Amino acid sequence: MLLRLAPAATLAVLAGPVVLGLAFTVLPAFGFLPALGGTTFSLDPWRGLLAAPGLSTALTLTVGTGLATTLLALALAAGLCAAVAHRPGMARLQRLMVPLLASPPSGLALGFAFLVMPSGWLVRLVSPWATGWAVPPAGLVTVGDPLGISLVAALLIKEVPYLTLMVFAASATVPVERLMAAARALGRDAATAWVSVVFPQLYRQVRLPVFAVLAFSMSVVDVAIIVGSTNPPPLAVLATRWFLGYDLAYFHTAAAAATLQLVLVALAILLWLALERPVAALGRRWLARGSRSRAAGGAAGVAGAVAALLILLGLLSLLAMLVWSLAGSWRFPAALPDSWQLWLWRGEAGDAAALASTSAGIGLAAVAVALVLTLACLENEQRHGLHPGAAVQWLVYLPLIVPQIAFLFGVQVLLVRAGLDGTLLAVVWAHLVFVLPFVFLSLADAYRALDPRYAMTAAAMGAGRWQVFLTVKLPLLARPILIAAAVGFAVSIAQYLPTLFAGAGRVATLTTEAVTLSSGGDRRILGLVAVLQAALPLAAYGLALALPFLAFRRFRGMA
Amino acid sequence: MSEGTALRGALVLEEVSITSRVGARLIDRLSLTVAPGTVATVMGPSGIGKSTLLAYVAGFLDRRTFAAEGRVMIGKERLDTLPAEARHVGILFQDPVLFPHLSVAGNLLFGLPRTRWRSRAQRRARVSEVLAQAGLAGFEDRDPATLSGGQKARVSLLRTLLAEPRALLLDEPFGKLDAPLRAEVRAFVFAHARERGLPTLLVTHDAEDAEAAGGPVVALNGPGGVRPPCD
Repeated sequence: MLLRLAPAATLAVLAGPVVLGLAFTVLPAFGFLPALGGTTFSLDPWRGLLAAPGLSTALTLTVGTGLATTLLALALAAGLCAAVAHRPGMARLQRLMVPLLASPPSGLALGFAFLVMPSGWLVRLVSPWATGWAVPPAGLVTVGDPLGISLVAALLIKEVPYLTLMVFAASATVPVERLMAAARALGRDAATAWVSVVFPQLYRQVRLPVFAVLAFSMSVVDVAIIVGSTNPPPLAVLATRWFLGYDLAYFHTAAAAATLQLVLVALAILLWLALERPVAALGRRWLARGSRSRAAGGAAGVAGAVAALLILLGLLSLLAMLVWSLAGSWRFPAALPDSWQLWLWRGEAGDAAALASTSAGIGLAAVAVALVLTLACLENEQRHGLHPGAAVQWLVYLPLIVPQIAFLFGVQVLLVRAGLDGTLLAVVWAHLVFVLPFVFLSLADAYRALDPRYAMTAAAMGAGRWQVFLTVKLPLLARPILIAAAVGFAVSIAQYLPTLFAGAGRVATLTTEAVTLSSGGDRRILGLVAVLQAALPLAAYGLALALPFLAFRRFRGMA
Repeated sequence: MSEGTALRGALVLEEVSITSRVGARLIDRLSLTVAPGTVATVMGPSGIGKSTLLAYVAGFLDRRTFAAEGRVMIGKERLDTLPAEARHVGILFQDPVLFPHLSVAGNLLFGLPRTRWRSRAQRRARVSEVLAQAGLAGFEDRDPATLSGGQKARVSLLRTLLAEPRALLLDEPFGKLDAPLRAEVRAFVFAHARERGLPTLLVTHDAEDAEAAGGPVVALNGPGGVRPPCD
């Protein structure tokens, strides 16, 4: 009976904080917040926001980097898929992307910043023999460039693997081999065949992930603090800064900025939707022309190569952080440290272990709740023969599409009122809002695809529904369940803003620490934190693969 | 499999109708009595609703896709109001559907009722006994994935029978086997069903299966068309 409540409980966990949070962001944005004496509506917060120096630059930066990241990520992911669709390298590519999918964006951004900064690894690798630079070049602006190019690049390192994975996953629902064979028989090269007949069928399925990328790139705070320009930063960083200033004078301005962030993301999604039709029409015209030109295939090849380069940069970023965490002294322009040490790993182990265990504890708690809710929803769905429609899919994506700042702001207001701000409980719940969608999305297909005849056979032998669930479904789905748990854990480790807001700055995790240290901390300690940030989710992925393998190694049918 | 030969009730279908929610009537007022120890056959081309009929009898009908009415009984006891796990109706599908995460013994133990076979030793002994009778002695710890097609089919039937069903449903269980194996497995299944006095309902599109079954045959001819059973 409790099972019937699962969808409602899940909805409450997901939509509750989003809807209530939005309300308590928008109300203060119009001056209404009784706790602070605001009992009437006013436009003062907006006047304050409009008067903020550099606002228009911040807005341009927000929209520009967001749209550029999303367009490029989609084009590069599609190009990569087109380029490898007919090659056996796909599996290897997916393995290479795992560390990037597992690592928090902030950790990757820290590594990326070190790669491209004037005193960074890329310059060191070619100096001084090629460049003649014995000191870091002063005129070179990379990290924090005013156009946001490094911000876009750092985001792409995370988003290209994500969208590539989403396109791969969607491919399973389409007869790719036969479609490609048909198009190639009609004289298209492989990449053109993929772009012209496979991708149009997949696009609909990757649309929500694309919107999640759009919302994330427009509203990301941690990556923007690490590699984005600072004066002015993108809008979400501005709002966070005002909010965390704890200067009550800026509180309403911060609420207005968070509301504006919501409006910008909504407008960007509407713009994207509006452009879909004309772009599709152009695409159909291109297909109708019947061109056998290899230009499209060539473009896909270039996109694939750039995507591969980004994946390489991402892996180098992780490696750079590992090298730093082991470096003794590392002077410019040496390509490798002059001396190595382990003292950091021993000496700082106490602090780092405390941060790591807090992060892991929050992650495990959020994943446990998310798994219980997800399994309950999916089992309820099967028992009652429900076929959830597109609306459910949108609801699950809701926390990923609404910008975090726009509702976390209101959530924080409510948590303060409930006296829960700064507690681990609040932080776990805030993480759950983002962990649950990923766990659900990652597990739902496998759960629904399990051959129903296993459960039928068991029931026909007299096994009740709970016995079937526990002794048949759970073991048969052990692998996807554990993978979903690992995905959720990685999502939790990556959370910056929810930890900051729900934790009221009092709960420190690896990710909050990485962002705090990014402005001028010791590079070696930063390296240590970033390595741990990546290591925890990777360990979770490793366990998710190893445990079912060990438990069922006797059974070939479970491979 | 000597116990359980006591004559149980017949499997009775009374005026069973199944309609797809999109409107097509798949089964129209089908009445059929399958006496203990006989194998009745429902024939018809694929997609006609044969498997749907078995799903209704076993209690797995997807109520969102199909509407169904009509009684299903064992003797005088009504089944169609019970959940699947309380019906004690065994079902074999086209594939053996052995649980891939359990050994052969694990699969067989799954069905063995705890009420009759309590101790671990007793249960293992019972499993070994039926395996030996079926020519599978020593197969207890085997991974089901390593068995041949015929061995899998036999383990699948043994598993179903160990659960002590009151009737047996066969959903084209020989359809995927090649010709020589097909006759062998068919003979094995029918022999066990008759020996245990089980009323058995077979759906197939293969006339040879129906002939081998030797019981009443019902032909489904698509929406609305049911020929009465003829012997």
